[in-house]
Amino acid sequence: MTLSTLLTIAVPEIIILIAAMSVLLLGVFYKNTTSLFGITQLTLLIAAYFTAQLPIDVKLTAFNEMFIADSLSMFLKLLSYFALSLVLIYSRSFLQSRNLHNGEFYALTLFALLGINLIISSYHLLSIYMGLELLSLSLYTLVAFDRNRPEATEAAMKYFVLGAVASGFLLYGFSMLYGITGSLQIAEISSRLSDTSINPVVLSFALVFVVVGIAFKFGAAPFQLWVPDVYQGSATPITMFIGSVPKFASVAMLIRLLFQGLDHMVLDWQAMLLIMAIVSMLFGNITAIAQTKIKRLLAYSAISHVGFMFLGLATGTITGIASALMYIAVYVLMTLASFGLIIHLSNQGKELDQITDLSGLGKQKPWCAFLLLLIFLSLAGIPPTIGFYAKFSIIQATIQFGWIWPAVIAVMSALIGIFYYLRIIKVAYFDEPGKNLNQVSKSSNNELSVTLSINTISLLIIGLFPSSLMDIATLTSALIF
Amino acid sequence: MLDSYFPVLLFILVGLGVGIGPLVLGKILAPHKPNDQKNSPYECGFEAFEDARMKFDVRYYLVAILFILFDLEITFLFPWAVVLDSLGLQGFIVMMIFLGILVVGFIYEWKKGALDWE
Repeated sequence: MTLSTLLTIAVPEIIILIAAMSVLLLGVFYKNTTSLFGITQLTLLIAAYFTAQLPIDVKLTAFNEMFIADSLSMFLKLLSYFALSLVLIYSRSFLQSRNLHNGEFYALTLFALLGINLIISSYHLLSIYMGLELLSLSLYTLVAFDRNRPEATEAAMKYFVLGAVASGFLLYGFSMLYGITGSLQIAEISSRLSDTSINPVVLSFALVFVVVGIAFKFGAAPFQLWVPDVYQGSATPITMFIGSVPKFASVAMLIRLLFQGLDHMVLDWQAMLLIMAIVSMLFGNITAIAQTKIKRLLAYSAISHVGFMFLGLATGTITGIASALMYIAVYVLMTLASFGLIIHLSNQGKELDQITDLSGLGKQKPWCAFLLLLIFLSLAGIPPTIGFYAKFSIIQATIQFGWIWPAVIAVMSALIGIFYYLRIIKVAYFDEPGKNLNQVSKSSNNELSVTLSINTISLLIIGLFPSSLMDIATLTSALIF
Repeated sequence: MLDSYFPVLLFILVGLGVGIGPLVLGKILAPHKPNDQKNSPYECGFEAFEDARMKFDVRYYLVAILFILFDLEITFLFPWAVVLDSLGLQGFIVMMIFLGILVVGFIYEWKKGALDWE
């Protein structure tokens, strides 16, 4: 392995690292934060360019096979850059109006992105763990970013303690895997597990610990307790970031560990994922009905969406992975739009918090109300929006695999979910205007509203023509093995 | 039997000697003028005896965390320095990259004022 090939594979990560350090130093030496926004966006663009240069159909490894570049890494990395770029556009004015717009925000998001990239490209248990810690530590700090608000500190504390426990679980599972197989490299673990003389009890324990760790990072029930508090406590741009980009890392971690590393245990983890999928879908959708705060509602909705993703992944087939990849891309797009709308409606004025704050939106701001309609129809999974197609492809993959009753439960839980999504639309269109909405300033900034409109309309357009996105997802998942 | 344990015995004796010797020498040679302050147990910056459930200044944590960060770096530097001969240029460059990342953090904390006590 020569240095030049090594550098080609890892060049996006190197660029992100250098940019993160430069932004950190620039932020503390020069107070001009507008340029940092530009630098960060430029970094994402350059990183995307170099990521797209890599071949899609070959698995390239570097650093003693600790680092891999393949179709999955390219797909998820490009989506991460795109999602982070949108997050930054949405967050800027919000952070500026609350005096939170400083160099550390950009440095921390770039470090988190570096962690995400590292997890996506990891082919070794140690590098997965390292990426995970880099991501988690950046996220804990970001949650506590608005440190003068007690809720933010409380959420950060909860997230930190629970996250540390989950990392411990994952690490414990890794150590058992190392004890059984004598290797930390994922391909080697997979080949050594085909040996029948391995103690099945230790192996099952290792698997359980690893799955628990992954499920926690996803926020799947019954490991979802941190999700609502963190969503509610963090500043809205941070919630948007936590709810979107790290999900790509979680799905990569799951595919690398379970599909590529522990593929001999497929029957065991399939059952675990299926149970968590069903519990998450039902728990998320039923609990969301009782919520009165919009961010908390979206948190429970996130749990149910994770359930859908798990259902696709639990099938263990290529169509299953493809549908889950499709779902996660769509889910992130919807999350960005929904939090973007919250930011748009709470700019400068009072923060949008209660669902009832939305009342009268249809009369006062018809365009915003229309965007809200599209976003929540898509989250609910109603055609012709993309949310429908994503749910449809998951259920299709489940039925193809021969699981009829999980598919029935998925449809039922989606039906329950429609109730609370439609209730928000009903509040926005049919309820009498409240006092709160009047405080929303008219001079809301343009780049935000344009991005929000494009983002939301794209939910409709991709929903009408979903085949290209689905083709990319299918191609990606077919090349994983 | 005795041969193999002799080094251990020697170690114990030398250890005791190093431990007790300076104390005895200090007792014999040093000037001896006790007072209340000198006799009280020493604890940096705090009253020696008070309730353990008290508020600490947050700056202690900052200093402690920064200290641990840069202290741990030595844990990597020592084994690296020992085998640097066989690592060659690549080993040197890799460690310089690692130190470079740490230096960025150091510049940041310095400029941010984390090292100023007041």
